[in-house]
Amino acid sequence: MADRRYTKSHEWLTVDGRNVTVGITDFAQSELGDVVFLDLPAPGRKLAVREAFGVVESVKAASDLYSPVAGSITAVNEKLAAHPELINSDPYGDGWILKIELSGELPSDLLDEAAYKQVAEA
Amino acid sequence: MTASPLNLTGSQPHRTPLYERHVALGGRIVDFGGWLLPQQYTSIRDEHFAVRKVAGLFDISHMGRLYVDGPAAEAELQRLFTNDIAKLEPGHALYTLMCKEDGGVIDDLVVYRQDRDRFVVVVNAANREKDVAWIREHLNPAVSMADRTAEVSLIAFQGPRAEELLPSGTTDTKAIPYFGFRPGELAGIPVLISRTGYTGEDGFELFIDAEHVGKAWDAILEAGTPAGVRPAGLGARDATRLEAALRLYGNDMDETVNPYEAGLGWTVKLGKGEFLGRSALVKVREEGPRRTLIGLKTDPGSILRHGAAVMGAGGRAGVVTSGTHSFFLGHPIALAMVEVPSFPVGDVVAVQVRGREAPAEVVKLPFYRGSARSAVAPAKS
Repeated sequence: MADRRYTKSHEWLTVDGRNVTVGITDFAQSELGDVVFLDLPAPGRKLAVREAFGVVESVKAASDLYSPVAGSITAVNEKLAAHPELINSDPYGDGWILKIELSGELPSDLLDEAAYKQVAEA
Repeated sequence: MTASPLNLTGSQPHRTPLYERHVALGGRIVDFGGWLLPQQYTSIRDEHFAVRKVAGLFDISHMGRLYVDGPAAEAELQRLFTNDIAKLEPGHALYTLMCKEDGGVIDDLVVYRQDRDRFVVVVNAANREKDVAWIREHLNPAVSMADRTAEVSLIAFQGPRAEELLPSGTTDTKAIPYFGFRPGELAGIPVLISRTGYTGEDGFELFIDAEHVGKAWDAILEAGTPAGVRPAGLGARDATRLEAALRLYGNDMDETVNPYEAGLGWTVKLGKGEFLGRSALVKVREEGPRRTLIGLKTDPGSILRHGAAVMGAGGRAGVVTSGTHSFFLGHPIALAMVEVPSFPVGDVVAVQVRGREAPAEVVKLPFYRGSARSAVAPAKS
């Protein structure tokens, strides 16, 4: 399994060659509470690093989702429309949100597990 | 484990006698009007479904419990409350409002009549101090009122299977009518069992001495968990009460709202005699209220939140008072206070959602009718 990396805005990503899978972290889903809806873009859309690409809404609040990399969306997790609770129950597995084909290099300021833990616990 | 008595004069936030249990059960603790209570234990979704399909167990010890006694108690409460206390039989409870002289609602509450001269008044936690001050100010000194919130706890066991899943040995509840109550026993502990609740489901509210409530709580969960009983937090409580279109003071009404605007004119008995606010309410009744509460539903993705503007064809028509996502119904629901003339059921209005306008359909209330045994036809909302 590829190493997971994280952003300060509580997204995670795994990288497999040029294919990047993106979701939100366990900390993020726990803070949000029960997810009820995701507002997501269509495959094909191009994203810049840190561009807001969608919204995750819970009973408590709605939060923007930010792209950790630059690239174009190759897939959106179709299951989330009918089962938004996958974000809560399996944030790193079945609750994945987007697959992006990377363009250019990975940003140099992505966090590893230890660094993200500090962000989450701050 | 013994619970030390609550010190309600001490600084907030307060803990109920069940606090340690909520933490041990994984409760996400929030400050709810000065009380530390669980918003959820596992998830609002799971707890909401448990209440609707089996039964959920709520700690509602934060609500105020005022014991009013004396031969003049009935007459005094009759003067303070909008509903008809003279018609309240011992062993029965009554939902009523308490209003100011101008007809604004001070609180909504339930009065339990234990016998001719003894009543228990259960009030909203956030209004307990306000209500105590108001009642003391207006109560004949010959009538005693004791705030026993610290000594007596209150838990609610709500759901279509609540009666069936009470621990074995509990006093038989089948003969207790809706809004009736009687003393009994649960797990060997004396309890007052009341067939009342805030979820639209059948179920009970149990008045238990603070030092024994933990044992009762444990007994209910032990007996019911294999069948699907779950402890349920504030999130599930709010979602179920909203589905049942039960009002939440502070959201759906406050002192600037009169009973008719809140759709609670049925709790006002103008013919019973004099009571605080009566002349103002006679006038509202004659002229008709200027605002009214309606029910709205939207598609997933557009939760209508308290304070959101409601727009009709003619511009701004009102405001959302309560709103959430209903996991059980599968879509967001909301109550909104709009100006008269209101919107007929089926109309579509626009509501502010995250900086844009989302369409919302006006629907009949309640959003969901559960297993609660209503004694009379449901009140017009």
